[in-house]
Amino acid sequence: MSLSELEFQAAAVEGAPEQAVEGRSQWQLTWRRLRSDKVAVTAMITIVVMVGLAIAAPAIAALVHHPPNIAYPNTGENAVGNPVGPFTNGFWLGTDDTGRDLMVRIFYGARISLFVGLVTTAVATVAGVAVGLIAGYFGGIVDAVLARFTDAVLAFPYVVLALALAVVLGPSLAVIIGVITFFSWAGISRIVRGQTLSLKEKEYIEAARSLGAGPFRIMFIDILPNLLAPVLVLATLYIPAAVVFEATLSYLGLGIQPPTASWGNILAAAQNFYQVAWWYTVFPALALLITTLAFNLLGDGIRDAMDPTTERLLAARRGRKARARSRKNAAGPDQAPADTAGSASA
Amino acid sequence: MTDESAAAVMTSAQSSQDDVLVRVDNLVKYFPVRTAGYVRRTVGHVQAVDGVSLAIPRGKTLGLVGETGSGKSTLARCIAGLLPVTSGQVTFDGDDITNLSRRKMIPYRREIQMIFQDPYGSLNPRRRVGAIIADPFAIHKTVAGNERKRRVQELMERVGLNPEHYNRFPAEFSGGQRQRIGVARALALRPKLIICDEPVSALDVSIQAQVLNLLADLQRDYGLTYLFIAHDLEVVRHVSDSVTVMYLGRVAEEGSRDAVYRTPRHPYTAALLSAAPAADPDAAASRQRIILTGDIPSPIDPPSGCRFHPRCPKARELCGQEDPPLEVKAGDGPTHLTACHFPVEAGENLAAAAAARRESP
Repeated sequence: MSLSELEFQAAAVEGAPEQAVEGRSQWQLTWRRLRSDKVAVTAMITIVVMVGLAIAAPAIAALVHHPPNIAYPNTGENAVGNPVGPFTNGFWLGTDDTGRDLMVRIFYGARISLFVGLVTTAVATVAGVAVGLIAGYFGGIVDAVLARFTDAVLAFPYVVLALALAVVLGPSLAVIIGVITFFSWAGISRIVRGQTLSLKEKEYIEAARSLGAGPFRIMFIDILPNLLAPVLVLATLYIPAAVVFEATLSYLGLGIQPPTASWGNILAAAQNFYQVAWWYTVFPALALLITTLAFNLLGDGIRDAMDPTTERLLAARRGRKARARSRKNAAGPDQAPADTAGSASA
Repeated sequence: MTDESAAAVMTSAQSSQDDVLVRVDNLVKYFPVRTAGYVRRTVGHVQAVDGVSLAIPRGKTLGLVGETGSGKSTLARCIAGLLPVTSGQVTFDGDDITNLSRRKMIPYRREIQMIFQDPYGSLNPRRRVGAIIADPFAIHKTVAGNERKRRVQELMERVGLNPEHYNRFPAEFSGGQRQRIGVARALALRPKLIICDEPVSALDVSIQAQVLNLLADLQRDYGLTYLFIAHDLEVVRHVSDSVTVMYLGRVAEEGSRDAVYRTPRHPYTAALLSAAPAADPDAAASRQRIILTGDIPSPIDPPSGCRFHPRCPKARELCGQEDPPLEVKAGDGPTHLTACHFPVEAGENLAAAAAARRESP
């Protein structure tokens, strides 16, 4: 806090003694710092625009008179039946292989992607926080069972299970959301459990117990506000992961089924046409890239705007990743065994 | 039985107890020491409190002193019902409150409050001061809405805080102010007993005096009873009516403040008192410190007999064999009890004995 702010506060106190002075909460401080971060602000605007376009997709379809699932064999395909390019015959971003408006389909795809991303992250965050809090606070046998279950979920080869489930249950939006949620809560739960283990030893928790507060009041009133910061950062980073996971499943044909548009199934269909219709691949890929990048950059921005505890938490993770990378490099197949030994000893 | 008749019975029980608010009988608290891993065998016990009895008269202050690891805080937490008791009994206002379930303990929580040592750790940094002080009202569902806010502001004013600051966060207050917030929270439900666990040891001296004076004012105005834990002997002398000295989970000596401070009978008390810094430089220079050898022994494996004997300048063979009972020694008042086979006599030079013992171990 700068000197002028302090002086301003002091002046406010002296000038209006009967008016209550409101302390700035952690969220207010974070918001102030976040607003001054150009990258984070750009990311936020991008996300708002993307969400706006997704919501407005039917309106855009009406505006260009191209419903998402209607093929236009005459205007949307050229003489040999290939897609037409951007700004041809009223198709702003060109068409796909059956002559449908690519732009409209991308915006409809955004509805699916963002819906899956936000819903799975919301459910996974609530579940992860609840499991982590209960495991961390109660400890003992409860913790042993929940923490081992969390470990099992984290250790599971989730792509394999997702594919198997999609095959067995049949691909549908509900299955996708269920699968992604099931594999997302565990990471949040583990972080929350660790934080809870350290927070529950604080003296203010003992103070709450001495006042007669029950376990759930302590968990949700006393502990939860102290770990919302890392959880929020983590949740922001889980949204793009869920978006990419949905695109992956749809790309593999086990997610959203055509003719419903999703970025994954558009990209899957486009791969046969990349030589004749670059826009067919580039624009949905760009949409995916911009969205995930925006969420990741926003997550980074929130993390930087948060308290030092969060920075330490994520710095430790960065350290682990860096060490894993160096191990991988050390054991790389392109290096001679002598080199490997040398770098390992160094 | 109706509530009123129950209350009447309680009142008669109180008056027959010569007005003792809190009584602790032979309280024992062992913490198990377990091996790591899934099959956690218990390999020993930390004997944090080992058979302590004490009584706090209504409206008085009992000072509890002893060095780190003597079991003061554990005893306090057992009385407050924050730790389950291994054996023994805690009686509050005539009722046995030993190891009550959380729900059965709730009515007593309103009567017993704690003030904690660390003014930085005992307030939730993410919650506003108004919400922290209102916690007792919220948990016991006594006062709500605007009335709650008014009561919180009253409390803040009572402990010397600006009531307009109820919307601030603990980080915006100084250490002394934070401790006042803790006092306001403890005071909210008008308890009978406040357990002060080293309430001023984290504060600097000028602030200590302010908080101690505040506690004294509150005791006078509301008839509070204090259990006051500290390792600063001068602070305890200032606030206490009677003093209990603990060493390694046992009571070494107890009595009225003046009796313990003027004529300490246990060598440990004498050593503690000789180590307290004196404000007068002449007195400090002429004073002889009793310097003890070694550290406080492990409470997992305490010494046999008198627990103080390995460090005691007066220790003899008997001290290592037989546990001295806590009893009145010759020449002391009826409330001055000492657990020592060979209590310190008037005019005895313990410092020299301690020095001699250090020379030839």
